Amino acid sequence: MSTALGDRHENYLNVDSSVKSWLLTTDHKRIAILYLLAATLFFLVGSVFAGLIRLNLMTPYGDLVQAETYNKLFTMHGITMIFFFLIPSIPAVLGNFLIPMMIGAKDVAFPRLNLLSWYVYILGGTFTLVAATLGGVDTGWTFYAPYSTVYANTNVIVTALGIFITGFSSILTGLNFIVTIHKLRAPGMKWSRLPLFVWAHYATSLIMVLGTPVIAITLLLVALERGLHLGIFDPALGGDPILFQDLFWFYSHPAVYIMILPSMGVVSELIACFSRKRIFGYEFVAASSLAIAILGFLVWGHHMFVSGQSVYAGMVFSLLSFLVAIPSAIKVFNWTATMYKGSIAYDAPMLYAMGFIGLFTIGGLTGLFLATLGADVHVHDTYFVIAHFHYIMVGGAMMGYLGGIHFWWPKMSGRLYPEAWSRAAGLILFVGFNLTFFPQFILGFLGMPRRYHVYPPEFQVLNVMSSAGATILGVGYLIPLIYLLWSLRYGPPAGPNPWGAKGLEWETPSPPPTQNFEKTPIVTEEAYAYAPTEAEVG
Amino acid sequence: MHPRRRKLASIDSPLQHHFVGLEQQHEASTLGMWVFLVTEIMFFGGLFTLFTVYVTIHAEAFAEGSKHLDLLLGSVNTAVLIGSSFTMAMAVKSAQLGQRKPLLGFLVLTMFLGCVFIGIKGIEYTHKFEQHLVPGRNFHLDSPVAQNVQLFFSFYFAMTGLHALHMVIGVGVLTWLLVHSWHGRFSPTYFWPVEVSGLYWHFVDIVWIFLFPLLYLVARHA
Amino acid sequence: MTHTIVPTRIYVQVFAALLVLTALTVAASFFDLGGGRLHYVNAVVALTIAVSKATLVVLYFMHVRWSSRMIWVFVGAGVFWLLILIGLTLSDVLTRQWIPALPPWGLGLKP
Repeated sequence: MSTALGDRHENYLNVDSSVKSWLLTTDHKRIAILYLLAATLFFLVGSVFAGLIRLNLMTPYGDLVQAETYNKLFTMHGITMIFFFLIPSIPAVLGNFLIPMMIGAKDVAFPRLNLLSWYVYILGGTFTLVAATLGGVDTGWTFYAPYSTVYANTNVIVTALGIFITGFSSILTGLNFIVTIHKLRAPGMKWSRLPLFVWAHYATSLIMVLGTPVIAITLLLVALERGLHLGIFDPALGGDPILFQDLFWFYSHPAVYIMILPSMGVVSELIACFSRKRIFGYEFVAASSLAIAILGFLVWGHHMFVSGQSVYAGMVFSLLSFLVAIPSAIKVFNWTATMYKGSIAYDAPMLYAMGFIGLFTIGGLTGLFLATLGADVHVHDTYFVIAHFHYIMVGGAMMGYLGGIHFWWPKMSGRLYPEAWSRAAGLILFVGFNLTFFPQFILGFLGMPRRYHVYPPEFQVLNVMSSAGATILGVGYLIPLIYLLWSLRYGPPAGPNPWGAKGLEWETPSPPPTQNFEKTPIVTEEAYAYAPTEAEVG
Repeated sequence: MHPRRRKLASIDSPLQHHFVGLEQQHEASTLGMWVFLVTEIMFFGGLFTLFTVYVTIHAEAFAEGSKHLDLLLGSVNTAVLIGSSFTMAMAVKSAQLGQRKPLLGFLVLTMFLGCVFIGIKGIEYTHKFEQHLVPGRNFHLDSPVAQNVQLFFSFYFAMTGLHALHMVIGVGVLTWLLVHSWHGRFSPTYFWPVEVSGLYWHFVDIVWIFLFPLLYLVARHA
Repeated sequence: MTHTIVPTRIYVQVFAALLVLTALTVAASFFDLGGGRLHYVNAVVALTIAVSKATLVVLYFMHVRWSSRMIWVFVGAGVFWLLILIGLTLSDVLTRQWIPALPPWGLGLKP
């Protein structure tokens, strides 16, 4: 039945299809779709920058671009991917769509603020895209002073202001989620019955609210120093550029937990559903989310071991960085234990979840190597660091995002996507990803520095492998884009619960009506209340 | 419908559809404002952190910079802001009790005191400009630690400027409250827009409670 | 919730206390309280008074005295996080000389 999108029953998509109804919506589900469209666009922009970087690195001599241009490429890649794709992705898309439904509410606490957060995001993104067309920025996404404040000749103020503005989108989203989860839970939805996806987003929201204002003031000061000569980081006035790094990383380290915690929340949902089991150690996984959020604020100095920071402080930060790995490890153990004697199904979302566990483990362990003061002196600012964080951000966060998109696509769109293509794309992504980034661990260990547009010729083989992998990765991203769009028109209609999953969102039609529930649900069972599996019973 | 009523029709029934009752809406609004104030603590906190570091390592220069500030105007401003916090608290109480005229009066008083504060700040900034203490091309000082004093004044303008911006926004919010109070929107069952705006106003007062000693007093006798 | 109606006289008393504390902190700044040797005493006194004033505003004007425990947690968390920011940053700046980055015997590098 090739019918137009969702025309069987009245739902949030077809209730009013005018442009005005979309641009002035306060429905959290529509706002999620708006974010999905914008975030996908920014992902494509960031991927173009990545493609140019990898293309340039095919040869050792910087044959594609000059050094100045290369500096702009990696800067814009980082800024676009981090601030405009990864940080909003799961919270603003999946979080917005699902959190009210998962807790049995009609909407978030402040629907108009929710819409405002999207417009603020678009405004900040516009600033940054304008800066990109004016020639971009070459400071690195890290904007270190005094280069960014005094010596750079590129569009620092416009870009810094763009990120400053977008930060408020993050703050508003986090604020909304915190109040929603505290105040709008349905009767019987105790904290101990919340899906782990909600716990993960609660922890993420705490980070958004406590950390983002600090980078906001820091980037504002960079803009003020360039524009009004308020030289707060200027060594000529007695300022200390290392303090810029302290304030920058106070946010930017917790920011990486903003990027990974929601993905971990998705993985909990996927592992539970496709093992048909309650998450092993639910309380520990929930507590670990909070522990990561809190401990994550105490470790920022591990980005500054060789910056001139106090060596004594470096030792303290190193120890704390080891501690913050523990809750993440607890989660990995608990997911694995969940799968043990579970009834495993290998649908695409589960492939992504399993990929997440493996790749995140590699990324996390290599993070410990970097947290080791002595080792970090050698691999800091090399491709080892780049490989580490791409394993977490792409192998971890991105896999969780794609897994979540696939898992909840039937709910959001009312359509099923082609099964075979989705599994193929997942495998292609996994292969492409590892081919791109594993050689970079070796390159870094061998000493290839990051942010250089040239490199010693003996590193070429590994670089070519990495660039080849990037091509495969790109193909892997395009395939879901195509079949997901295809499914909107030609996919078979999805019922309320195609996966047979537990959760309040699955007790509504697909797509859901605007008010989510006909009657406010009353919750009587724990999360993931699957019947015991055969292996558990017999 | 009467034209003026139509503009305010969206708040005719204060209960918003996604809340089960006014009490839940009240609690959500209050929690939401407190979460926002936590973000403001961290926003100003970045500046306070930097200032704390620099006042420790450039103590003499910051002392010298501090002596150039007008202690009388700063003290008056502190009293003015504390007074405006008192009138704001009284405005909230009037809203809680459904007393429209006192509510209007206290809101106007709070706005007036806020504008006095901003006016005095403007006078101070003008003086600084005349004394060549504005960082950048304007700055000129005969002192062995002139550059560090310029750092002090970078903080002075950044911190008091950001604070003043928040005051201006606060006066804007109060104007909105004034309009709605005039139309009798608030009652003992729906008063929390005044209450949460009061929270914001008190927070801005608290920022000044710390700015004043840090900029005007602490370094005087370093 | 905070449907507590606070008596006006409490507001007046808090207002008066705030003005007195302001006068106190201004007066204290004219004296070298560290006796010429301890430079930080003035700062400690001024900040203590400031914290007291802020506490009065938070508890009485902002009604936290009559608010739920959850509000107390959020207020406390905000203050605590600010202290983390200031504290850990200072722990870097103030300890830079404690352990030199280079060993005292030099790296043995030839020019």
